[in-house]
Amino acid sequence: MQFDSFQALITMGGHGAYVWFSYGAFILVILGLVLATVIQRRQIIAHHRRLMRSEAQRHGSGGKTHNASGA
Amino acid sequence: MWQWFHKLGSPKWFFGIAGRLMPWLGWSALVVLTVGVVWGLLFAPADYQQGDSYRIIFIHVPSAYLGQSLYVAMAIAGVVGLVWRMKMADTFIASATAVGAAMTFLALLTGAVWGKPTWGTWWVWDARLTSMLLLLFLYLGVMALRGAMEDPDIRARASAILVIVGVVNIPIIKYSVEWWNTLHQPATIKVTEAPSMPASMWVPLLICLLGFHLLVAWLILWRMRNDILLRERRARWIRNWVLAQ
Repeated sequence: MQFDSFQALITMGGHGAYVWFSYGAFILVILGLVLATVIQRRQIIAHHRRLMRSEAQRHGSGGKTHNASGA
Repeated sequence: MWQWFHKLGSPKWFFGIAGRLMPWLGWSALVVLTVGVVWGLLFAPADYQQGDSYRIIFIHVPSAYLGQSLYVAMAIAGVVGLVWRMKMADTFIASATAVGAAMTFLALLTGAVWGKPTWGTWWVWDARLTSMLLLLFLYLGVMALRGAMEDPDIRARASAILVIVGVVNIPIIKYSVEWWNTLHQPATIKVTEAPSMPASMWVPLLICLLGFHLLVAWLILWRMRNDILLRERRARWIRNWVLAQ
């Protein structure tokens, strides 16, 4: 451990703000990418479900697909 | 080799294998990055000139490295897509662009934040920084181009050509610190030479570099699976997969 106290770890000899900002930005950027990918996946699956439901209705065999919008 | 190449071109095979690899990649990325970041932040010694601000290196170097290597990988995929008409090559370009842009953005941002205490300025228009900014614009250009095009074949070809043309920027970034006078220091770790820093610093840096690779591979496989889901929407196996979700 390079730092004697929690205070020293936070301030890092005056450079703490720069260092912690960089690591925070890293975490935010990665979380943003993960979130965007999750949303992308959900939208595609929802799109598929809609497509399949409308096709089922067109073929006159709708009904049971009505409640297929669960998670 | 050709059989493997053929398999790689099959969306169904790729979708399955990516799904099986993803948990391993994701969890190992988390473990390796945690080790690397904690080591770099808490246990690596301070730099005798820069003090603690150099700890930004554990984010800055891996993200800059991946911003560039992802672009090269996209250019290779672009050639494969143009020559062999492999659809999976376009799936890779579609999925890697946002990840590469995020890495390049992170490299520029952490570089600016590191520049302030070290050089006394957030930004200079020197060769390394400017060519890296150009890389970010290339990524954004590919995203804009793809967003503007409806026809998948034309979109694939246009973005492959843009990516391939833009790859000339990569050697410019790499050699900018040698060809021009710049504030940016030369590479810290080279394949051909011993590192210019002690092991207590470069070992956590290599761990972070490995963790970034795992993280990026995980994210890109995930996005490629999304792209396959959308692209192969007519396929029966996709429909069965969606129904099973």
